[in-house]
Amino acid sequence: MANLLYIFFTMVLVQNYVLVKFLGICPFLGVSKKLDSAVGMSLAVIFVMVLATAVTWPLYALVLEPNGLGYLQTIVFIIVIAVLVQFIEIVLHKYMVSLYNSLGVYLPLITTNCCVLGVTILNFTNGYNYVESLFCAAGSGAGFMLAMVLFSGVRKRVDAGNPPECFKGLPITLVAAAITSLSFMGFGGIMSSIFGIAA
Amino acid sequence: MAKSKLSIVTNGLIKENPVLRLVLGTCPTLAVSTAVSNALGMGAAATFVLICSNIVISALRKVIPDKVHLPCYITIIAGFVTLVQMIVQAYAPALNAALGVYLPLIVVNCIILGRAEMFACKNTVVDSALDGLGMGIGFTLALTAMATLREIIGNGSWLGITIVPESIDRLTIMTSAPGGFFCFGFLMAMVVLYETKTNNKIERKIGCAVKEGEDE
Repeated sequence: MANLLYIFFTMVLVQNYVLVKFLGICPFLGVSKKLDSAVGMSLAVIFVMVLATAVTWPLYALVLEPNGLGYLQTIVFIIVIAVLVQFIEIVLHKYMVSLYNSLGVYLPLITTNCCVLGVTILNFTNGYNYVESLFCAAGSGAGFMLAMVLFSGVRKRVDAGNPPECFKGLPITLVAAAITSLSFMGFGGIMSSIFGIAA
Repeated sequence: MAKSKLSIVTNGLIKENPVLRLVLGTCPTLAVSTAVSNALGMGAAATFVLICSNIVISALRKVIPDKVHLPCYITIIAGFVTLVQMIVQAYAPALNAALGVYLPLIVVNCIILGRAEMFACKNTVVDSALDGLGMGIGFTLALTAMATLREIIGNGSWLGITIVPESIDRLTIMTSAPGGFFCFGFLMAMVVLYETKTNNKIERKIGCAVKEGEDE
């Protein structure tokens, strides 16, 4: 259990997907303007990340790998994610209309979001088993949410500021992201001492 | 005629530079620009995929049904990315280790999907190939510019050759995550400053997320 929590919190804080690993920068910069859309997008990402991991892990470990088809990883994973996103959209639209209304707009953006494909591939690079992979996916999604929510707050202040003309808009947002990212560097090493696991 | 073909290529270099003007492909730009060698490798891999996928998508533009165009494009792109992965694994294992997960993630690089949607699905095969070449070089140029700044300041070297004397301290923060954002922000601000001076400032939108959001 400590091991699983270690993976979860490492993914949230130390290996934060957006601020440390640079996965999913587009939605991070694009959708973080308002708090509610940041939360909606992140919830959809967590949902898809965990589901995609739940499907791709057995597919790779039980079907592709034993048959020597490991090189098809990229192509199979992206198709699975695309199909899954479409499927979730249809199911939500039919059975959970209220959830669809709040998450639906963000779902089509997720297929081409690199953090979903990233987490499914990284689970194998890190050699996680099935349960560990699911925790890793949930942690990565939660880390994405943390970054989005934090940054939507930072952004409100940044947009109200008055930077030099050439920094207005995107450049100053990127500099603000740098400072937010800097604060996450402080978490390095904290996890292994809390959970007593050598990193 | 020859001039217009050339202009398709040069279009991607400066006027529509994918990274600094269209703001596409930010993730690999930030992640891979820690060293010039990685930037060049990533640029070459992405350029190859961009040219090939542009050619195939443009050749199939009348065959692919509009409703399922996105899955079709992604499958074509994923095919070429797998090819690149195999080539890099076989002939450049060091580059493979350095790029890590970002090599398969070329699939979801919005420059490639973006060019397929904006250019290849409307133009001829030759024009699309040239557009892919121009965009690819533009991406490589922007990546290399970022990597040059980050490697010199953060590591005191360029392409692995030490050029800053050992007695000067390195700002290692430039090669880690915050330095990436910082460097990208500054580089973009410099480009905006230049645009303001030459009077062709453009409105920047964050490429992939916003563009597809508007489709909805």
